[in-house]
Amino acid sequence: MKRAILLLPLLIFLGVAVFLYRGLFLNPAELPSALIDKPFPAFSLPSVVDAQKLISEADLKGKPALVNVWATWCVSCKAEHPVLNQLAEQGVVIHGINYKDDNAAAQKWLSEFHNPYQLDIRDEQGTLGLDLGVYGAPETFLIDKHGIIRHKFVGVIDERVWREQLAARYQELVDE
Amino acid sequence: MIPELGHLALILALCLALVQATLPMIGAWRGDRQWMSLAQPAAWGQFAFLLFSFACLAHAFLVDDFSVAYVASNSNSALPWYYKLSAVWGAHEGSLLLWALILGGWTFAVSVFSRQLPEEMLARVLGVMGIISCGFLLFLLITSNPFGRLLPQMPTDGRDLNPLLQDFGLIVHPPMLYMGYVGFSVAFAFAIAALLGGRLDAAWARWSRPWTLVAWSFLGFGIVLGSWWAYYELGWGGWWFWDPVENASFMPWLLGTALLHSLAVTEKRGVFKSWTVLLAIAAFSLSLLGTFLVRSGVLTSVHAFANDPERGIFVLGFLLVVVGSSLTLFAIRAPVVKSQVGFALWSREMLLLVNNLVLMVAASTILLGTLYPLLLDALSGAKLSVGPPYFNALFLPLMGLLMLTLGVGVLVRWKDTPQKWLIGMLTPVLLASVVLAAAASFLLGDFAWAVLATCFLAAWVVLTGVRDLLDKTRHKGLLKGMLSLSPSYWGMQLAHAGLAVCALGIVLTSQESVERDLRMAPNDTLELSGYRFVFEGTRHHLGPNYEGDRGTIRVFEDGDEVAVLHPEKRIYTVRGMPMTEAGIDAGFTRDIYVALGEPLENGAWAVRLHIKPFVRWIWLGGLLTALGGVLAASDRRYRVKVKTRVREALGLAGQGV
Repeated sequence: MKRAILLLPLLIFLGVAVFLYRGLFLNPAELPSALIDKPFPAFSLPSVVDAQKLISEADLKGKPALVNVWATWCVSCKAEHPVLNQLAEQGVVIHGINYKDDNAAAQKWLSEFHNPYQLDIRDEQGTLGLDLGVYGAPETFLIDKHGIIRHKFVGVIDERVWREQLAARYQELVDE
Repeated sequence: MIPELGHLALILALCLALVQATLPMIGAWRGDRQWMSLAQPAAWGQFAFLLFSFACLAHAFLVDDFSVAYVASNSNSALPWYYKLSAVWGAHEGSLLLWALILGGWTFAVSVFSRQLPEEMLARVLGVMGIISCGFLLFLLITSNPFGRLLPQMPTDGRDLNPLLQDFGLIVHPPMLYMGYVGFSVAFAFAIAALLGGRLDAAWARWSRPWTLVAWSFLGFGIVLGSWWAYYELGWGGWWFWDPVENASFMPWLLGTALLHSLAVTEKRGVFKSWTVLLAIAAFSLSLLGTFLVRSGVLTSVHAFANDPERGIFVLGFLLVVVGSSLTLFAIRAPVVKSQVGFALWSREMLLLVNNLVLMVAASTILLGTLYPLLLDALSGAKLSVGPPYFNALFLPLMGLLMLTLGVGVLVRWKDTPQKWLIGMLTPVLLASVVLAAAASFLLGDFAWAVLATCFLAAWVVLTGVRDLLDKTRHKGLLKGMLSLSPSYWGMQLAHAGLAVCALGIVLTSQESVERDLRMAPNDTLELSGYRFVFEGTRHHLGPNYEGDRGTIRVFEDGDEVAVLHPEKRIYTVRGMPMTEAGIDAGFTRDIYVALGEPLENGAWAVRLHIKPFVRWIWLGGLLTALGGVLAASDRRYRVKVKTRVREALGLAGQGV
């Protein structure tokens, strides 16, 4: 009996290993296919900067855009932010979803580090994030001019990612 | 040519590792002394080849050999030489080579300093380390060769080292951390060798202790350095983020702490043997798991190395072999016979058991928080992340409990303690701690429960230490008594005091920090908690591989200038990546922290000013704790007396080894 207890650590480890193995094939950077080519989930949320202004999914239509999920508690977002600023300067349309964040901190961030977002959605409760299946921050969705999600990227967008993975897709949507 | 030599040396190192992993083990099993004696030369040769291979890669960086793919993506001709050197371990392939090199170094050290070990034991220990080395070298050669060439189209210049990593902190942080991670492989190897030999006794615990202490200290240094680096380099004054990779280094540290305490019990009292072995296996397994998490891409993180499922599968397979087989061995060979030695409720054994449980629960909590998103994803496809609130809510109370137990644990005796005596010892400490905590809370002004509780716990930890010191020296007189106490005792005192200092730093920084974000034009001033900040504008300047705006902010206190700070905003030209260099005036009781945000019109800037009281104490505490480990490891009894006593214990007295 006592010997059997000693097997416990092994069993726990094997259990964890199975999950780790499955985790390998679940690319966290991959959207469950269900959401690709589906319209952006419906929402109606205030703006980060202007609490009076309400933003809904209809506002996302018109132009292809990047929808970037960010938060001030996310360290990687800090690294990503300047790249977004640069892209915004080049004329790329970027919207922001401030995910599960303290709004005062978010406002401070935007005024301090420059605001690259045309629409800055304030998702304090994380409800929109839930609908989008947000795993963490930063995450970025690529939507077309009809507000359909076409691609999702998880992680920090840096120069290389933009050049190699996103620029071409974005251009394609612009040309559509 | 030189990179090819490096590659070749790596292959030769693997061959030697294969020899080291197999022949001595077989020799130990068959009792063949010649085969066992192969372990040492193989370990030395392996280390020499790894050193050579590492030198080749470093050479490629220093001479800007951009035909090597790894150099081209992580270096640039404009990089100063010291960053070229540290860029060697700036990304996946090179850091893995550093890992292998450090493993080689530890193996070398074991083979040199453990000659008093019985031959079989040494052969098995080196054999186990050889197996681990084989795994990592195969991983390097198969999936992550740092010497791959970009020929014939070699780039004219490299893509530069990530600017975040161009910093002194990064030169030292990874090597320290790896020293710790890999160092646990020694404790692991000792545990496995003991299981294989069926000899889990006090001698085994004694051999493992100094190695575990040193590894644990390095890991502590590494974590402290990482936190310090994040503080000044990320530019917003945070020092811990509960990021998966931070957790990956913190979990082995927690288990290592448990292991140290458990080893003490096993050495002194001969109990908890199975538990100690399990902890040794677990501490190293978590180091390996950390590698898996960082390098496989299953979790996204600030530290994420280039990800590749092939690498993930390799590390997971390796993890399965090493951890799976060692846990199987544990299940088969761990002693189940109930120990003859009993102990009472108020005994040091019991208190150390509580310490172990608390640390184990804390580590499991962090493991769960780190893996939970992954588990949930695997089970239901739902994606979710747990943030700092989860970790803080669970981890902080556990640490409070740990500190409370610590005080009692230091005072109680082995086996049993008369309760009356214990109460007599603890009552004055309790009263003094309450008074001190109340006084500290009063002095700080605004009241917060967290501050009061932490001050009490810190006072409790320190004062019980002092009480124990007084008790230990009561016969000889304080001074003489203090001199006669062993380094390992002082190490313990220092490490515990470090914990108290660190706890104070954490709570005071989180509760009492003041920060202000504002627009400052040249010659604007601001008053913030007794300091006057004068912004004198910025000046554009050129660095070796960046250009930047360097601000000047003078800080006055009561009319006297206390500091001139130069926060910077830099653009690293190759990657076009902007970086914030904070201007920090470090002080014992407070840091003044200034960072530049975005430039505004007419030379004005968005400026962020922080006053962070006692933030240095966090790292000071961590350093004290790590130093305590080093001090304890330096105890002579691990080196001199070990020979005679261990040989006696093993019945080897008089026998040449």
